[in-house]
Amino acid sequence: MRATGTQAWRLVQQTADAVTLILLAPLGLLLFVLTVVGIVVLPVWLVSMPLLLLTLALTRPYADLHRGFAARTLGVAVPPPYRTREPGGALRQLGRAARDPARWRDLAWLPVNGTVGVVLYLVGLVESLLHQILAPLPGPYALELAARCNRRFLGSSQQARLARRVAELTRSRAAAVDIQAAELRRIERDLHDGAQARLVALGMTLGIAEQSLEQDPERMRRILGQARDELSAALGELRGLVRGMHPPVLADRGLVGALEALVLASPLPVSVDIALPGRPSAPIESAVYFGAAEALTNVIKHSDAHRADLLLRHQAGVLVLRLTDDGHGGADLDAGSGLRGIQRRLATFDGTLSVDSPDGGPTEVVLEVPCALSSPRTSPSSARA
Amino acid sequence: MRVVLAEDLALLREGLIQLLEANDCHVVEAVDNAPSLLRALTTHRPDVAVVDVRLPPTFTDEGLRAAIEARRHIPGLPVLVLSQYVEQLYARELLADRSGGVGYLLKDRVFDVHQFVDAVRHVAAGGTAMDPEVVSQLLDHHRADAPLQSLTPREREVLGHMAEGRSNAAIAARMFITEKAVSKHTNSIFSRLGLPPSADDNRRVLAVLAYLDG
Repeated sequence: MRATGTQAWRLVQQTADAVTLILLAPLGLLLFVLTVVGIVVLPVWLVSMPLLLLTLALTRPYADLHRGFAARTLGVAVPPPYRTREPGGALRQLGRAARDPARWRDLAWLPVNGTVGVVLYLVGLVESLLHQILAPLPGPYALELAARCNRRFLGSSQQARLARRVAELTRSRAAAVDIQAAELRRIERDLHDGAQARLVALGMTLGIAEQSLEQDPERMRRILGQARDELSAALGELRGLVRGMHPPVLADRGLVGALEALVLASPLPVSVDIALPGRPSAPIESAVYFGAAEALTNVIKHSDAHRADLLLRHQAGVLVLRLTDDGHGGADLDAGSGLRGIQRRLATFDGTLSVDSPDGGPTEVVLEVPCALSSPRTSPSSARA
Repeated sequence: MRVVLAEDLALLREGLIQLLEANDCHVVEAVDNAPSLLRALTTHRPDVAVVDVRLPPTFTDEGLRAAIEARRHIPGLPVLVLSQYVEQLYARELLADRSGGVGYLLKDRVFDVHQFVDAVRHVAAGGTAMDPEVVSQLLDHHRADAPLQSLTPREREVLGHMAEGRSNAAIAARMFITEKAVSKHTNSIFSRLGLPPSADDNRRVLAVLAYLDG
């Protein structure tokens, strides 16, 4: 019932799309003619400037409408490929438009849309009308063909996609460098205020012990005991610091072992379902481990959950870690900086972190990192901890 | 007491040899990597092995793996594992064969020579010596569904001391109660954890294991 319902709705929408696009096609041809005239009479500023500004302003929404149609029909996103707008006077806007290849492709598309496009829309309209009368027909094909054609002209060019990718990489690389610098600052501060300070205190304590070596052996014994405690505390801080940088168990056992250790140390019962046919690279293991640790800490601290489930898989070239809990939900990525930090860290590997946490729960945190696994060693593990 | 020692850092190895020799222990062989450790353990069959977790060639948990491997060949071979950090996961793996004679301590514990030597002896005698940090991690967050939940706070405290390797007398001294009261607690712990009457030492290991599984 429902399937045929959606199909019927799709046909209605396709019919509406076809009608709209047919009616708008002459406007596209008009825009084309006006733009060409504007370019031809360019030296006559008083005429060409307002004309071109008008056609520019109208062509974009006109093309966007056809992008929307292509996206709906093909079921894929067709984002506008224009360069980002910048403030500036009319002359500047025109100059920018002239240098933007997407604008020129719009212009080339307008006459195609007004001729071949219209024919396809018309055939598509007939097809979808036929479909509404005689349901079991394959198709309609013409509208899909038109959508493909529109996408080819109006979607991103290879070059634009590459440019966007470069921008993305530049951003994530800058973030990675920032994160690393911040980490080093934190480690420096922790060492300075922690272990280093304790070792200085230890040196002083030993100095005092040396002084009381002869006069007061009893006092010396007490001071030596104190020195030992200071040393233990310094070691304890160094251990904590090392855990925060790269947990030894992660170095020893890799992601799978480290996650098991993490779950074992958790006060909350967590069921573990891990199947990895190999190991991701060390930086990815580390990022995913800290992501899981942060997510689990959040569950323990904020969710009031009674249990959680951790799943780790490698599917279709993507490492997926999912942590679900039965808590009260309402978790917000922006509430604590912890998960945002993990998100930035994962972005370095084109990884993502998403949180789905409706009020009342349950909460689901998903980490995804596209990566290859090394060595076909099987390390399946399923434990109730 | 005959000891085999495995530690890759020369400075620490020499220190430990001195320390053990000064306390009536004879270090029959000191090695610096995991394959030599396995060989030394099977040839010497020492009273106790003192092993660093991280050893060459991979510098991961070679020492731990070698110790577990050696105990497969020589069941119950007493092993005291030393490490810069403790991990509940490793403690559980060490105890998993349920035959006791296992210690797992932070290297810091060597500072208190007296206590450290006690731990070595205790392990050599088939006892269990878990680092207070392993125990405190567990005490900090025991789980809602764990078998330990059936224990009273007092019993959990006794179990913690047992995990660290204390005898009933030592626990009594620590908790300022009589030895008889301690043995009442231990019996109650054994029955609540469903451990049938058997040699007391073995039950202590099993109770500690239940504790680590919690």
